[in-house]
Amino acid sequence: MIETSPQISATPSQDRPVNSMLTVRDLIKTIDGQEILRGVDLEVAHGETLAIIGRSGGGKSVLLKHLVGLMQPDAGEIWIEGQNITGLNERQLSAIRQKIGILFQGAALFDSMTVAENIAFPLREAGERDPNVLRENVRQMLDVVELEGQEEKMPVSLSGGMKKRVGLARSIIRRPKCVLYDEPTSGLDPVVADSINRLIRRLQKRLGMTSIVVTHDMKSAFDVANHIAYLHEGRIYFYGTPIQFQQTSDPILEDFLLGRSTEEREDKVET
Amino acid sequence: MMARLFNALGGTFLAFFQYLGEVVLLAADTFRSIFTHKLRWKLFLDQIVEIGLLSQLVVVITGGFTGAVFSAQTFFQFNKIGMGSATGAVVSVAICRELGPVLTALMVAGRVGAAMSAEIGTMKVTEQIDALRALAVYPTDYLVVPRALAMMVSMPLLVAECIAVGIAAGYFIAIFMLEINGTYYMANMVRWTRNRDIIMGLSKAFCFGILIVFISCQKGLSAREGAVGVGRATTEAVVNSSLAVLICNFFLTMLLNIIYPAGYQ
Ligand SMILES: Nc1ncnc2c1ncn2[C@@H]1O[C@H](COP(=O)(O)OP(=O)(O)O)[C@@H](O)[C@H]1O
Ligand SMILES: [Mg+2]
Repeated sequence: MIETSPQISATPSQDRPVNSMLTVRDLIKTIDGQEILRGVDLEVAHGETLAIIGRSGGGKSVLLKHLVGLMQPDAGEIWIEGQNITGLNERQLSAIRQKIGILFQGAALFDSMTVAENIAFPLREAGERDPNVLRENVRQMLDVVELEGQEEKMPVSLSGGMKKRVGLARSIIRRPKCVLYDEPTSGLDPVVADSINRLIRRLQKRLGMTSIVVTHDMKSAFDVANHIAYLHEGRIYFYGTPIQFQQTSDPILEDFLLGRSTEEREDKVET
Repeated sequence: MMARLFNALGGTFLAFFQYLGEVVLLAADTFRSIFTHKLRWKLFLDQIVEIGLLSQLVVVITGGFTGAVFSAQTFFQFNKIGMGSATGAVVSVAICRELGPVLTALMVAGRVGAAMSAEIGTMKVTEQIDALRALAVYPTDYLVVPRALAMMVSMPLLVAECIAVGIAAGYFIAIFMLEINGTYYMANMVRWTRNRDIIMGLSKAFCFGILIVFISCQKGLSAREGAVGVGRATTEAVVNSSLAVLICNFFLTMLLNIIYPAGYQ
């Protein structure tokens, strides 16, 4: 029982998608002889939040990297606001990347810069030179991610969760239309994790940002997402609303939902 | 059996040319970027400090002791045939044309090349390069261009310094320890050392700087698999740039000797 949205099953054609922030068609990627993505189809509307879930090592991070052109697919297409980004070179991709922020799984902070310099980096690169404007923007972003007064720390002296939040501040300071979060809440304590979830929702509501959240954390997925996509063996195995996901009786999804390993299910079958 | 051998040889050959191609492509990309994009002055000046200023000790020691020992050895041989006062000429020409540029380049490859590939390699394996790209910053513009320009400026200056220190050290050894007549020493040295010898040394310095910076940056940018990968990239960067310096030195000598012939004419 595979549920897909009517939109996706209705768009096998090669024409330009309209009215969607992001469309992925039949994305295929093999790395070092290992098939990571085997035909991913996905559609994200403007202003919605999509949670991508799946087993660890299943290719979620690889999929996200394709969406901003950090990796090139072997086959398939990626459309962002009606523009096909597959095959574009780095300089052409720059314009697309202005629209999309990405939070890396390991935060990927520049370790030769302070927290403030990291967060200000996108603005500085966009041409903002006024130190007062930069400082004020950094202060605001630190407020948003609840790290007030940490401007002068170096990334090495931050905990994992703090790095994540600094990375998050850096990826949203330019107010992109769409933000990709790679496991924003993993490694955080439940209270901070909840505040990140609230932040994602707030960005969606107030600024109309489109969000794609890769996560293991089902609570987080149910909290923030309008739709959930389950990536399994290189394909989108399930696509639907959180309610549909919770009501599913598919064994693979149930295992994931209840945190059951396959052996456990087999044990139950035997007894 | 033969087919397998040829296959293996062909594979190695192809891999070598592919590697060479990658270095050349990086260089081409960098030069294109230098001429078409705005320079980040702060990063450039940081690199000047890193390459130029922090190499001072290394260069002074290299130049000084090489000049001293070369002066002594030359004197020991030349003195046997009564040509001790020609030591100055031999020392200065050799340091200008060969010893200065080559030894400085080898030291810079070890100090600066290793640092570049380690730093860029670490950025690569910790996804900082991906983060740069995702923030719409082209890594070549941000990382390679400032390093390449700083190297092109610093290397000739470092080599000039090495040559000066080497000649001075040779002079002091000759006059104060070997007791050669200072006037003859100077007269011979000035007579036999020409502008073209210095130009040759500085041209080599410029070329070696380019070799080191692109080989090291390319190794860093293609680093893989964590700390081990960075270590390997660093070692290979130093070994490859040192070999490249030595090999290119021979061809540069032959080429530049046509333009700036050696000897007194
Ligand atoms: N740069 C890379 N080079 C080689 N293999 C990679 C690379 N990135 C990811 N992989 C492989 O792709 C698979 C999926 O990884 P990933 O997307 O990180 O999984 P996850 O769903 O946990 O984010 C893994 O088997 C990983 O080893
Ligand atoms: Mg991942």
